[in-house]
Amino acid sequence: MNTLFDKIWDRHVVQIVEDGPTQLYIDRLYCHEVTTPQAFDGMRERGIKPLRPAQIVCMPDHNTPTHDQDKPIEDPVSKKQVDTLAANAAEFGLAHYGMMDKRNGIIHVVGPERGLSLPGMTIVCGDSHTSTHGAVGAVAFGIGTSEVEMVMASQCILQQKPKSMRISVEGKLDRGVTAKDVALYIMSKMSTSGATGYFVEYAGSVVRDLSMEGRLTLCNLSIEMGARGGFVAPDEKTFAYLKGREHAPKGADWDKAVAYWKTLRSGDDAVFDREVVYDAADITPVVTYGTNPGMGMGICSTIPALNSVPGSGQASFLRSLNYMGFEPGEKMLGKKVDYVFCGSCTNGRIEDFRAFASIAAGRKKAPGVVCWLVPGSWMVKEQIEKEGLDKVLEAAGFEIRQPGCSACLAMNDDKIPAGCLSVSTSNRNFEGRQGPGARTVLASPLTAAAAAVTGVITDPRTLM
Amino acid sequence: MKQKFDIIQSTCVPLPLENVDTDQIIPARFLKATTRDEKFFGDNLFCDWRYKKDGQPNPEFVLNDPRYSGCILVAGKNFGSGSSREHAAWAIAGYGFRVVISSFFADIHRNNELNNFVLPVTVSEKFLSELFDCIKANPKTEVKVDVPAQTVTNLATGASEHFDLNGYKKYCLMNGLDDIDFLLESKNKIEAWEKANA
Repeated sequence: MNTLFDKIWDRHVVQIVEDGPTQLYIDRLYCHEVTTPQAFDGMRERGIKPLRPAQIVCMPDHNTPTHDQDKPIEDPVSKKQVDTLAANAAEFGLAHYGMMDKRNGIIHVVGPERGLSLPGMTIVCGDSHTSTHGAVGAVAFGIGTSEVEMVMASQCILQQKPKSMRISVEGKLDRGVTAKDVALYIMSKMSTSGATGYFVEYAGSVVRDLSMEGRLTLCNLSIEMGARGGFVAPDEKTFAYLKGREHAPKGADWDKAVAYWKTLRSGDDAVFDREVVYDAADITPVVTYGTNPGMGMGICSTIPALNSVPGSGQASFLRSLNYMGFEPGEKMLGKKVDYVFCGSCTNGRIEDFRAFASIAAGRKKAPGVVCWLVPGSWMVKEQIEKEGLDKVLEAAGFEIRQPGCSACLAMNDDKIPAGCLSVSTSNRNFEGRQGPGARTVLASPLTAAAAAVTGVITDPRTLM
Repeated sequence: MKQKFDIIQSTCVPLPLENVDTDQIIPARFLKATTRDEKFFGDNLFCDWRYKKDGQPNPEFVLNDPRYSGCILVAGKNFGSGSSREHAAWAIAGYGFRVVISSFFADIHRNNELNNFVLPVTVSEKFLSELFDCIKANPKTEVKVDVPAQTVTNLATGASEHFDLNGYKKYCLMNGLDDIDFLLESKNKIEAWEKANA
């Protein structure tokens, strides 16, 4: 009652279907190449056009190579999917930021940085990490392809209203502990299903202190604990971030918008279906040891013992450790690392590369480690160059690639080979996620950089 | 695709693992398809568990075990977590499953199943663990899913539970209608909302 989630959701209700879902108006639909071709086909089969084409923005990101983007994509199947999005966008009259367009990048990085995602909006995309956009104070969530078609057809979606949860993180983060660690910590407490059925408002002093980039990382990972989405109430930091961005309101419209955005906060009397509070003092750099993002632990801890896992979960736990090649009770520190990936919609923003460069500066990439640094967008890449971070990284033996989703899910040619251990700033450590047989350890950009320069899993605080 | 639901009675395929994510249901490399070819997705359902590296069927995986068959998949809790890919629902439908029984479904995947006329049936932990035991003891164990009555029955024990399904979606499933049919009818309401919120 009287939560920010209620305010935004209720404002967008077109109707509540009798004994059924809510018809919710959607302000913004993002389309990438993977989850939309069948939706466009459906539109053609029904003989209909998008109801509000101006509210839809398309860009390829999953299949894009991270090198030679000025040349045709080598993989014909990937090329076809990327070309199909461009053709569909043209046919249906939708904005399309294609490869090499300076506005291209991972859709969840581009939306906020172009001011396309704004406070108070409802935002959807056929992608579970759409929750990212919640960082600007929007209700943003991932949907399936049939639902993409619904939104194209009607600018609405039918959904059950989720329950509300407030997760507060209070206190002050220690040096070397980042938004990624906070998110991995929360997941390790919640499990991958603990927030299913809920929409999460992140609050507390730690969240207020996070930069916008940090908030984007935190909201991005909401889905990994099962939540439909997560958001942070907009504040002065949000307004400062959005001001002047390409699609943000300008002039008198800006003042009017900010006046409205300032009302977007949960009431002091707000009642949440569930409230959880965490203490920043309990959070250290976190790494995962298993094959779901909830299997995380403090980097200096040991992998849990089998008897600490409930009976019905033991088979999955053992299967997971067997896949990773780890034993219960083992340390993660010191494990040999083959690949390091810094990028993705989780950690592909400027602050992430600043963090990586802060560890890499004056050091050298460890021999034998392959490292892929993939900015989330061209805008991020330009900022990296503007700040001279590329030079710092090059001197340490690293190279900045071209933007895209890359090794987060290995739909392009950035695949981690079978058996290799990867320390990755991405969002999922599922079996085969980074390539068949690949073994993934999720971590922050600082921890990824520490692994890249030492060749083993290393506490980044020892290098700061 | 669009098919009408009434009463389904079938043997089951058991997958007693928790947190089965959509990357396992259909790995990302199969998402490059630009058409909704359910046979293609069905052939690659659980691909990395179902086939060995050389492409031969893995005899240890349940879909390759001739003792188990039927149009009901029974899975451990938190089924369909992770990616929103509807391809996972297409693969389940394409393989021939019409019902998935679990004690807990991830939200987006649950919607995706419903939008593809695959019925997610949420049961209690107790019902689920007993059902796994029954199937293990007798692979020919049958389950009856009665959509009009919203009940699921383990025919080996007679244990029966009510399952949630809102009236709107139940009507859609029983009549083979999808949400877009409904939304296209509501254009006046959409325009009224836009006018009020301009």
